[in-house]
Amino acid sequence: MAEAFRVAVTALRANRLRSLLTMLGVVIGVAAVVVLVAIGTGAKQEVEQQVNGLGANLVIVVPGRLEIGSAPTRSRLQLEDAEDLGRELGQPGRVAVTISSGETVRFGSRDVFATVSGTNPAVPEVFVRPLARGDYLRDSDVDTRRRVAVIGSGIAEALFDGADPLGRTLSVGGVRFRVIGVFERIGSSLGADRDDEVHIPVTAAQRLFGDVRIDAFALKAPSTDEIEQTRRAALAVLADRYPDEEFSAVTQDQVLGTVGRILGLLTTVLAAIAAISLLVGGVGVSNIMLVSVRERTREIGLRKAVGARTRDITLQFLLEAVLLTTVGGVIGIALGIGGSLGLAAVVDQLPAVVTWWSPALAFTVSAAVGIFFGVVPARRAGRLDPVVALRTE
Amino acid sequence: MTPALEAVDVTRSYVLEGVTVHALRGVSLTVEQGDYAAVVGPSGSGKSTLMHLLGGLDRPTSGVLRVGGRDVATLSQDELAQVRNATIGFVFQSFQLLGRTSAVDNVAMPLVYRGTRRAQRRARARAALERVGMGHRLDHRPAQLSGGEQQRVAIARALVGEPQVLLADEPTGNLDTRTGEEVMALLEQLNAEQGVAVVLVTHDLDVAARAARQIRVRDGRLEAA
Repeated sequence: MAEAFRVAVTALRANRLRSLLTMLGVVIGVAAVVVLVAIGTGAKQEVEQQVNGLGANLVIVVPGRLEIGSAPTRSRLQLEDAEDLGRELGQPGRVAVTISSGETVRFGSRDVFATVSGTNPAVPEVFVRPLARGDYLRDSDVDTRRRVAVIGSGIAEALFDGADPLGRTLSVGGVRFRVIGVFERIGSSLGADRDDEVHIPVTAAQRLFGDVRIDAFALKAPSTDEIEQTRRAALAVLADRYPDEEFSAVTQDQVLGTVGRILGLLTTVLAAIAAISLLVGGVGVSNIMLVSVRERTREIGLRKAVGARTRDITLQFLLEAVLLTTVGGVIGIALGIGGSLGLAAVVDQLPAVVTWWSPALAFTVSAAVGIFFGVVPARRAGRLDPVVALRTE
Repeated sequence: MTPALEAVDVTRSYVLEGVTVHALRGVSLTVEQGDYAAVVGPSGSGKSTLMHLLGGLDRPTSGVLRVGGRDVATLSQDELAQVRNATIGFVFQSFQLLGRTSAVDNVAMPLVYRGTRRAQRRARARAALERVGMGHRLDHRPAQLSGGEQQRVAIARALVGEPQVLLADEPTGNLDTRTGEEVMALLEQLNAEQGVAVVLVTHDLDVAARAARQIRVRDGRLEAA
C-alpha cells in the first residue's frame, strides 16, 4: 500500500501539468460547492440575525392571508382595534401599529425619499429600535396629532449633513414636522434600508395619507413559551370583531421557517449545479486515467511479469485516481474557503459563512469521485494480459 | 531434484482475426536446475510463445506445463503471478526499466509483490546490483546509464528474488558486440557460480552456440538438437 502510494505520487509528478489540469475540474467543482454553500449559509444566518434583531417574541398581525404569492389585502384595521387588542390580551398600550407610505422629506434645499410610518409609542416596547438622540413619540403626540417626527440616521445625514436635527422642522409630503428624535444606525434588513425611515404619530400619518386604515399590528408575547398562545389570542380577538375578514398573525419562527426553506432550497440547487462541475471533473479524471493506463501498458506488463497480482495493479491505479481527486479536492476547499472569506470581506450584502461540514462533504465527495471514475481504468489496467502488455510499444 | 521448468506435449493456439493460429504444436521440454539452454529459431517459429509459456506468462491450450514444479493449469492468475515472482527472473531485449525510478528501486520492484519490507528490499536490491557489478550506480536512473549498464540493472532485477531460472529474451539484441559479450559473460558467470538456470531466447547463432544445450524451434515443434 505504501509502495503503491509512492508509485502513484511518482506517476502524478511525472506529468505535473497534466495532473494539474486534470485536477482543475475537481478543484473548480469543490471550490464552487464550498463557496455556494457558504453564501447560502451566510444568507440564512444574516436573515436570522435580522429577524431576531427586530425584537424578541414578536407577533405581527396583518390583514388577509399571508402567503407568498397571495395578493395584498386592503386593510380594514382601525387604530381602536389595536387598543382593544391590547386590553383584551392584558397588554394595554403595548400593541404597536404601523401605516406606511413613501414620501418625499425635505429640509431647506435638500430632499430625500423616505419610508414614512405612522406609529404609536408602543414601538420601542415591541421592537428593538434604540434612539441616538432625543425622544420617541408619546401618547400625547398621537392623541393630538402633533406634527413631530423621529428620523433614521440616514435621513439625518442626508438632510442635515452633520448638524443637529433636533428641534429643526422638516417637511414630510408637504407638511411641516418638528424632529424630536434620531434613531441609531441600524443598517438594512431584509432588503430594506431601515435608516431611511421616518416615524410620525399614527394619527398625523392617517391625516397625511388621507386614510384611516392601519397596515399592521405588532405585539410582544410575554415569553417565548407564550408566543403561540398570544398569536391565537390576537387572531381570536380580530375574528370576533371582523367575522367576515381573514387575518394572519405571524411569528418570527414562521418567517424564519419560510425564509429558511427558500434559502435552503436555493443553496441545494446552487450546490447541485456546482456538483455537476465536480462530476464533469470526475469524467476528466477517468479519461486521463485511461490515457495513463495506455501509456504505461508496458510498465503494467512488466509488473505483472515479475509477480504483481491483478489487485496490486488495480489498487495502484485506483490510488492514483483518488490521489488526483483528493489533492484537487483539498486545493478546491482551500480556494473555496479563501473565496468565501474574500467575498464576505469585499461584498457587504453577501455574507458567506464556511460551515465545518461543507469542506468535509466536498472532500468525501471528491474521494468518492476518484474511486467512482478511477475504477474503470484501474480494472482495465489490472486485467491486462502481461504477454500483450509487454509487447506493446 | 524437481525440474525448474517442464513441458509435456504442450500446444498453444490462438484465434487471430478469425483464423486459428497454431503457434506450438506439441512441445516437450525440461529445464533442469542449473541448466544453460538456448532456444533458437526463425521469427514466427513459435519461440516467443514458448518463452511466454516457460515464464508462466501464458497457459498452454493443451498439455502439461510445470513452472517450479507447479502445474499452471491448477493455478489462478494471481497464484501464477506469485509462482513467476518466486521462480522466474525475466531479462528483456529492451531492458524494461522504469524511467523515473532509480536503479535500486527498479531492482527492488519484484520484492514489493512478495511483501518484503522496504528497508530489506533496498538492501537486497543493493546486493543484487553489486553482484552484477553495478554497486556504484545505485541511485542512477536508466537514462543516466549506458545500454550495457541498463541490461545489468535488468539482470539484477531478475536475480533479486533468487529465482530458479533466468529467462532472457534476446538479452544482447539491443547491445553492441562488446557490451553484448559482457552481458553474456555475466549470465554465464551467474549460471556457473550461483547455479541459476539460464534459458536464452535468441536468433543469434553465435550467442546460442555458447549455451550447453540448443533447443531449435521450427513451425511450432522442436527439432532434434
